[in-house]
Amino acid sequence: MELFVALKLIWTLLLGVLLSGLAIMVGMDMGVGTLLRFVGKNDAERRVALNIIGPHWDGNQVWFILGGGAIFAAFPTLYATSFSVFYVVMILLLFSMIMRPVAFEYRSKVDAKKWRGAWDWAFLISGALPMIIYGAAFGNVMQGVGFHYTWTGQFFQDESFLSYLLNPFAILCGVLSLSLSIYQGGTMLMLRGEEPIYARARGFAIGGALVAAVLFIIGGMWVAHINGYVFTSPVDPGMAPTPLNGPGVAVQQGAWMNNYHAQPLLWVLPVLGVLGMLGGAAMAAARKPVLGWWLGALAWIGVIFTTGASMFPFLMPSSTMPSQSLTAWNATGSQYNLGWMLFFALVFTPIIIAYTSWCFYVMRGKVKAADVAKNTHGY
Amino acid sequence: MNLIDPTVVDLSRLQFALTALYHFLFVPLTLGMTFLIAAMETVYVITGKPVYKEMTQFWGKLFGINFAIGVATGLTMEFEFGTNWSMYSHFVGDVFGTPLAIEGLMAFFMESTFVGLMFFGWDRLSRPAHLAVTYLVALGSNLSALWILIANGFMQNPQGASFDPVTMRMQFNSFLNLVFSPDAQAKFVHTSIAGFVTGALFVMGISAFYLLRKQHVALAGRSFRMAALFGVISSMAVVTLGDALGRLDYLVQPTKIAAIEGLWQDSNAHSSAAAAPWLLFALPNDATQKNDFEIGIPYVLTPLVTHSMDKVIPGLITQENQAGPRIENGIKALNALEAYGQTHDAADLAAFKANEDDMGYGFLAQRYAPDQNLNQITPANQGAVIAKTEKDIIPNVFVTFWSFRIMMFLGFYFVALFAFASYFSLRNELQKHKWLLWASMWSIPLPILACEFGWITAEAGRQPWSVYGWLPTFQAASSHPVGYMVFSLIGFAVLYSTFIAAELYLMFKFARLGPQPHHEVPDEGATPMFAARAAE
Ligand code: HDD
Ligand code: HEM
Ligand code: HEM
Repeated sequence: MELFVALKLIWTLLLGVLLSGLAIMVGMDMGVGTLLRFVGKNDAERRVALNIIGPHWDGNQVWFILGGGAIFAAFPTLYATSFSVFYVVMILLLFSMIMRPVAFEYRSKVDAKKWRGAWDWAFLISGALPMIIYGAAFGNVMQGVGFHYTWTGQFFQDESFLSYLLNPFAILCGVLSLSLSIYQGGTMLMLRGEEPIYARARGFAIGGALVAAVLFIIGGMWVAHINGYVFTSPVDPGMAPTPLNGPGVAVQQGAWMNNYHAQPLLWVLPVLGVLGMLGGAAMAAARKPVLGWWLGALAWIGVIFTTGASMFPFLMPSSTMPSQSLTAWNATGSQYNLGWMLFFALVFTPIIIAYTSWCFYVMRGKVKAADVAKNTHGY
Repeated sequence: MNLIDPTVVDLSRLQFALTALYHFLFVPLTLGMTFLIAAMETVYVITGKPVYKEMTQFWGKLFGINFAIGVATGLTMEFEFGTNWSMYSHFVGDVFGTPLAIEGLMAFFMESTFVGLMFFGWDRLSRPAHLAVTYLVALGSNLSALWILIANGFMQNPQGASFDPVTMRMQFNSFLNLVFSPDAQAKFVHTSIAGFVTGALFVMGISAFYLLRKQHVALAGRSFRMAALFGVISSMAVVTLGDALGRLDYLVQPTKIAAIEGLWQDSNAHSSAAAAPWLLFALPNDATQKNDFEIGIPYVLTPLVTHSMDKVIPGLITQENQAGPRIENGIKALNALEAYGQTHDAADLAAFKANEDDMGYGFLAQRYAPDQNLNQITPANQGAVIAKTEKDIIPNVFVTFWSFRIMMFLGFYFVALFAFASYFSLRNELQKHKWLLWASMWSIPLPILACEFGWITAEAGRQPWSVYGWLPTFQAASSHPVGYMVFSLIGFAVLYSTFIAAELYLMFKFARLGPQPHHEVPDEGATPMFAARAAE
């Protein structure tokens, strides 16, 4: 295989890995944020919940930043188009994301009910909203987005943001993503929390996993009825990466099932997703949060790769100018750039995984309410 | 050809400027304080004296309050390239995105993972291990500055990439040229050290506050001295590196250096290039293209900027007049490029290649072309279009001139302040010189101000280019309705004012409160790491 094509394929896989890593690590913290007001009935309990992820949320959040940076570099046109086509939604996502660091650091520094109560609401918004938007973005991208380019590569938006906000399939995807994050956050709270947080978190973890399973299955059946995209003329995967002068593309209902018909082995992916959810619910019920957490990770990977596999090689189809759809072949960076980026990813990812694991290892064990009350460095 | 709404461009510039300036209120303190804190902890680990642990934890707490907003506002920056500058992201993402991604991999992960352990790991890590963690945070934050400034260096002096007429964007072709761009390297050192100055003055100023009130004297005296010494070295280095940056501007950004120096006419317009005055004070007038008033020191400008006695610095008016042919070529380049996109004809490609280097000047002309379409430029109207475009190639001189002057005057003030502070602190005479303590305290915000004006010099002085010589700012913006911009600007205004209010409230609260005696386990840490040191 041509080197450039191989690099494009590797980076498309890595895109899936990044989106999964982001969902697992950031989703867990978002889940805890969403649940904060429900698993902690009083201030002492809420502080315990916050200190459970306290040492880790900042590191986890970098998955999100890296997601942005890596898409910028490896898929410049995708970054440029997706961030501005979803402008209003992206800004809402951003606003909720930036409340979180401040909320963590400031909430417990003032001992006043109103102050802390306000930040607890900030945790709820900044936990739930980003997860809904994250899922909904997938839902919208699957149905195609209205955009086109002029000859200079300047991008233009052809659809109002309202159609992205109020779109039933996208809303389903948004709630699915929220449920998964609640499931993941719940298992984390079980892992390092004691009663009564443990019992409440267990309920949410089971609930989140089951709701996610139901929504994922409904979503899967729905996909057969939404519009997918297919090439109508031959595609050269080694093409110069530009959406201008692309091959012909047609809109076709149910086309997102084509890859599964052609390659039945792909059914493993949705099956893994469902197993992750049902197995996770069972593990939470059986009070095995560690296994539950890992099954949650599996569920995310299943969901994200299921979506990716059904769309491949499309990344972000255009509903108004299908021939300018962004694909794994036309939206990447240059071969030179993908090569360097791969080098850096290969060098640094193992290092990052090593020290992140070490950090979790150092902070292992239950967070006790008495310690939190004494500790002046915690949240 | 569709064109962009100028209101959207202006609001996008406003939003980017405000959010970047806001991010940079917090960043310099992080860059500097992490190293100062690491230094304090080093002394603690070596001597085992509890006061140094107290120092580390107290300054660490103030650092944490600052850090949170730094992180939050950094997220905004990462988004904005895509949301507001989509043509820019498309045009240079292949080369510009790479340092941002590497920054995430190499710096942000390290800084953010270890900052958790730095705050939460006191009881779980051995002392040397905790010290290592603190150093990794400091290293991470400064590595992040390195990569973001490599990215910014590319905008100032694009090297390491070339334009590709098929994909219609700049493509990465030399990692080494990108990373070792002299602009990027000089910017990195100047900016990081500016952060050290900021951190040093912050610690010194708050310590001065305690010394004036004779509170926490053991902690404040030691902190003051460490900060003063750290500051004296850093402030001298900032000035030195500033000189290097100015010289680089002379070499690669002639419009910026002329604006910084308020130079309308060539520098040899006086008796000779050597005699040209360096302006201490002037009122540049962008409308009439001359300085309404000026006081200068003769014989300083040329050696200062060119490091020689005879090289001429071209004035702004000369540069405008010389831009004409480049604009004309640029128009040819773009018309050939558009044709090539449809015909894929070798002749069109050759016509483009002949004028490729001036392509950016063609973009610049677009807004004055009939219907904003370069195809419609004819020999009859070309002269008028070029005349208008020429006026656009220089930045706002008043802004560039004065933001540079403020930064620079402050730079020399810091050198003096830290020098006095070190001297009197080493002689234990601080209490005799109360004015110095007052000055230190009131100077806390000044380095941040200098940093902000430094960025205004750099970024406003780069205009009208987003990528110098290649992509004008107005071409770089996203195309969306004005309403979107109003929405995001209102949101930023509300959130960012809330944040700054909360931050200032907490900073003042905890700074006034001062270090708290430990109500934890009595400091078991009196056992020093090195027995020999303990004996003294
Ligand atoms: C404490 C802060 C501080 C101080 C005292 C100074 N600077 Fe500075 N300066 C910065 C903080 C800064 C900065 C915030 O770090 C900037 C903005 C962009 C950059 O790379 O660094 C900057 C930019 C900047 C630029 C523009 C670079 C460009 O073209 O991109 C020049 C020419 C100078 N500086 C020169 C100086 C000189 C000659 C100084 C003193 C005599 C000086 N600076 C003091
Ligand atoms: C000279 C310019 C800049 C420097 C030196 C700088 C440096 C830093 C530093 C030291 C931090 C650590 C947190 C803190 O601020 O306290 C930080 C945070 C951040 N910055 Fe900037 N920054 C600059 C501009 C930008 C720009 C233009 C972007 C957009 C790409 C950006 C993106 C970020 C992000 C995403 C974070 C959060 C990282 C985290 O979670 O740890 N920064 N920046
Ligand atoms: C954090 C410190 C920074 C500050 C305070 C700052 C300040 C500014 C200002 C004032 C402008 C508006 C210029 C104008 O329109 O007249 C601007 C524009 C811009 N800056 Fe910076 N800047 C910073 C760092 C950076 C860095 C590190 C990058 C790139 C990595 C960057 C990229 C841009 C871009 C893309 C624009 C908009 C388009 C343009 O004007 O070219 N900035 N910045």
